[in-house]
Amino acid sequence: MSDVAERVKKIVVEHLGVDESKVEDNASFIDDLGADSLDTVELVMAFEEEFGVEIPDDAAEKILTVKDAINFIDENAS
Amino acid sequence: MLAAPVVAAQAERLSMRRVVVTGLGAVTPLGCGVDHVWNKLTAGESGIQAIQSFDVSDLPAKIAGVIPVGETSEGKFNVDDYVERKEQKKMDTFITYAIAATAQAVKDSGWEPTEEEDLDATGVIIGSGIGGLQGISEGTLIEKDRGPRRLSPFFIPANLINLASGFVSIIHGFRGPNHSVVTACATGSHAVGDAARLIMWGDADVMVAGGTEAAVCRMGVAGFAAARALSTGFNDEPTTASRPWDKDRDGFVMGEGAGIVVLEELEHAKKRGAKIYAEVLGYGLSGDAYHLTAPAPDGNGGFRAMKGAFRTAKVDPDKIDYVNAHGTSTPLGDEIEHGAVKRLMGDHAKNVAMSSTKSAIGHLLGAAGAVEAIFSVKAIETGVIPPTLNLENPSDGCDMNLVPKVSQERKVNYALSNSFGFGGTNASLIFGPAP
Repeated sequence: MSDVAERVKKIVVEHLGVDESKVEDNASFIDDLGADSLDTVELVMAFEEEFGVEIPDDAAEKILTVKDAINFIDENAS
Repeated sequence: MLAAPVVAAQAERLSMRRVVVTGLGAVTPLGCGVDHVWNKLTAGESGIQAIQSFDVSDLPAKIAGVIPVGETSEGKFNVDDYVERKEQKKMDTFITYAIAATAQAVKDSGWEPTEEEDLDATGVIIGSGIGGLQGISEGTLIEKDRGPRRLSPFFIPANLINLASGFVSIIHGFRGPNHSVVTACATGSHAVGDAARLIMWGDADVMVAGGTEAAVCRMGVAGFAAARALSTGFNDEPTTASRPWDKDRDGFVMGEGAGIVVLEELEHAKKRGAKIYAEVLGYGLSGDAYHLTAPAPDGNGGFRAMKGAFRTAKVDPDKIDYVNAHGTSTPLGDEIEHGAVKRLMGDHAKNVAMSSTKSAIGHLLGAAGAVEAIFSVKAIETGVIPPTLNLENPSDGCDMNLVPKVSQERKVNYALSNSFGFGGTNASLIFGPAP
């Protein structure tokens, strides 16, 4: 697991209070991990903070799974 | 104007629906859980202490009634027992106190419905004087220092006053009236009184009602200190600072916590064999129309609130055994309330016991009226009247039985509880024995 993936998953576990084993690449924040719309906003903020990236609202709307988040950060983080 | 038959029908309808107290829950500076708090209160213990959770070096008031944190089994507050870790960041502390006190009250009442019609008939009115003061302060700094994009999506719902009622309804599934009260230090009494009326009018059969507050933070202390409302002369002896009616009193001591009661329509409670603590008999409200923070000197506002409570209770003042006074330990307020009670009670005043439990826990602001309603109900249930701590030398003219320092045993059939708030808002409740 890449460094980015590990950090993303750690944030998801902390913010959504879910078991680490459930945070698979294809897990959907809302459908699989119990997040609501406000939780996902907060998750995106936490990713921004952790990786020093800005995630605009239109991009954030497309980050629906753990993998989406990892991919966005891989592509955009400096 | 309504036709006479309509008025008569309304009066009959009102008198048909009686409201009783079937559950109690409290988080106070004396601990978490009503029995635990009541035992300490009637033993004359104080929950006032030096503030340690934030810097008070530049604040004139350095003490408060703060919630003892620790194990639930020891009567202390453990937030993890009431709210999941990941949910805690979604709410200011005033909401967690309300959730904890509600959990206790609901469990105590035994009313934990699952049928849709029962859930629809169960409502919530929890108020707060200030709401998420700490959360709003912190959010303001985040926005200022780091910009609006760093503000949590939970910033607004975590701090809104009615979200105490909101969270409680979501947790328990109560889908009846969902309401809130914001009347400063009268909030808790108004919430209990308004909830009783919703049951009387048939809007609900059961109401979870009360008040909550968590304003013991730098902004809260600084703000009340700026209004010159707080005691500042007893920082070295915190437990002696709240001294209602005493000549040396110099202001109120802030406290925090929550008081929640389960109110229920009498027949509903009887039908399910619920334990009934007391009946909510009377509720009166008034406004001073006088000053932002000072009570009207003639006690007119409090007097009329009490009078309203007697009118609706259909009980004469000479039936009252115990008055849980507003009694905040401020130089002006205590004597004015004492005068108003005496004026209302007349000759009977000499037979009445009146105490201020703020002497032990401080002033819980929006939670005060609800916690004090619980103490009034407990006085009826147990026949013990909690004391007014630190009352060494009553001010001139304060000659009622103010239950100085030690609790008194006496049969209490009827109890009156007063709450008066900034803005000149007043509420009085009368409780009577379980029918």
